[in-house]
Amino acid sequence: MPHIDVELERLKTKLLEMWDLVEYQLQSGREAMLTADQELAKQIVKRDKKVNQFDVKIDRMCENFFALFTPVAVDLRMVLAVLKINANLERIGDTAEGIARFAQKFETPVHSDLLELTQAIPMYDEALAMFAECRVAFISNDPKLAKAVIKRDKTLNKIYRKSDAVATKFMQQNPDRISEALALLSIIKKLERVGDQVTNIAEEVIFYREAKVVKHKQDKKKKKD
Amino acid sequence: MSKKQPKLEARDLNAYYGDFHALKNINIAMEEKNVTAFIGPSGCGKSTFLRLFNRMNDYIDGFKVEGNILLDGNDIYQKDVRVDELRKQVGMVFQKPNPFPKTIFENVVYGLRIQGIKNKAVLEETAERSLRDAALWDEVKDNLNKSALALSGGQQQRLCIARALAISPSVILMDEPASALDPISTAKIEELIYELKNDYTIVIVTHNMQQAGRVSDYTAFFYMGELVEFNKTKTMFTSPKDERTQNYITGRFG
Repeated sequence: MPHIDVELERLKTKLLEMWDLVEYQLQSGREAMLTADQELAKQIVKRDKKVNQFDVKIDRMCENFFALFTPVAVDLRMVLAVLKINANLERIGDTAEGIARFAQKFETPVHSDLLELTQAIPMYDEALAMFAECRVAFISNDPKLAKAVIKRDKTLNKIYRKSDAVATKFMQQNPDRISEALALLSIIKKLERVGDQVTNIAEEVIFYREAKVVKHKQDKKKKKD
Repeated sequence: MSKKQPKLEARDLNAYYGDFHALKNINIAMEEKNVTAFIGPSGCGKSTFLRLFNRMNDYIDGFKVEGNILLDGNDIYQKDVRVDELRKQVGMVFQKPNPFPKTIFENVVYGLRIQGIKNKAVLEETAERSLRDAALWDEVKDNLNKSALALSGGQQQRLCIARALAISPSVILMDEPASALDPISTAKIEELIYELKNDYTIVIVTHNMQQAGRVSDYTAFFYMGELVEFNKTKTMFTSPKDERTQNYITGRFG
C-alpha cells in the first residue's frame, strides 16, 4: 500500500475509534437517563475527557498530514471531512456528557407517562440509529446511505417541535414534577442537536465521496419557497 | 454574446515522431493573460505540445503536425508565417538556464541586436525594463557588464526570462523553468510568473504538482498523447472529473 494510503488508513482508524467511543457514550446516556443510574452518569462525564483527547489527537494527525503530504482531490476532501467529522463527534460527545449531567439530577428514573408523552425514547433511538448508520456510510464510502441519514433527521425535528407544548401541558397538570419535565425537555433539545450534528457528518461523507457540497441546501430551498 | 478570442488554441491537433503518434486529437483554448500549466508523466506529450506553440519541433527529423495551432486566431503553421516573427510573439524559457557566454547586458538585448536595433538608449531602456520585470534588476544593476555565467542558477534563469521579455512577446512558454533550481529561486520564479501574468499569457510545463497549483489558473493533464482533462486549476486539484487525473495528481499512478 502506498505510504499516503497507510497514513489515511491510520487517520480513518483513529476516527472510527472515536466514533465507537462517542456511540458508547450516547448509549450509556440513554441508560443513565432511563435508570437514573448515578454511577453510570458519573462515568460518562469522566469518559468525556477521553473523547476530547481523541479530538486533539485527530486534529494533530490531520495537521501533520496536510504538512507532510499536501493532499489534493479525493485525499484532500478525505482529510477535510475527517477534520469536520472529528469536530462534530466531539460535540456529540459533549452532548452525551450533558445528558449524563441531567441524568445525575434525576433522583428516580423518568416516569414512563412523561417519556411516552414526549416520545423521548423513540427520539433517542432514532438519534442512535442515525449515528450508527452514518458510521456505516463513512466506512463503506456510501453517499446514498449518507443522504438517507440526512432525511431521517426530520423525525427528530418533528418530535422536538412538539415537545415544548407537550411538556408545558404536563407541567401544568403535574406542578410537582416540573424539574423532571424541564430536565427531560433539555435532553430532547440535546437530541435534536445530535440529529443536526449527525446530519453534518453525513454531509461530509457526501462531500468526500462526490465532491458535492450539500450543506445549507435546505436553507436555500426554504428561501426559494 | 460574442465569445472572447482565445490567445492560444489547438484544433484537432495530431503530432507524430515518425510512426509514433505523440499527440492525439488535442483541442484546447487558452485565454489571454492567464497561466496554463501542462502536467502529466514523462513522455505524455506535454513538452512536445508546448514546443508546437513557437514551432520548436520544426527541425526534428520525421516530426509531423496535423490540425491547427492558432495564435490570436491565426494559424502559425501556415506557409507564409515567418518563424522568427512568430518567436517575437512567443518567447520561451527552458528547464536549464541557458545564458549566452556574454555579459548580462548583452544577454538581455541579444534579441534586439538580432533585429538590428543599435540605438543605445533603446537598448539600455529595454535592458532595464526587462530586468526589472524579471525581478533581477536590483541584484545586477551595478554589474551589467559582468559575465552572465557568473550569476547563480536562479539568477541565470531570471536572466533568461528577462531575455525573453526584452523582445516584447505576448506569450511566454516555460518548460519546467524551476526544476533545476533551489526552493528560494523556485519561489522567486513562481512569484515572477504571478506578476508576469498581468501582461503576458503564460504556458508552463511542470512536474511539480504543488507548483502547478500555486502558479496556474488552468491546468491541462496529458497522458499517453491525449489531453485527458483541462479545467480551472482549483477544480483539477479538488475535484478532477477523470479517474486518470485523480490518480496522477494524488500520486497513485500505475
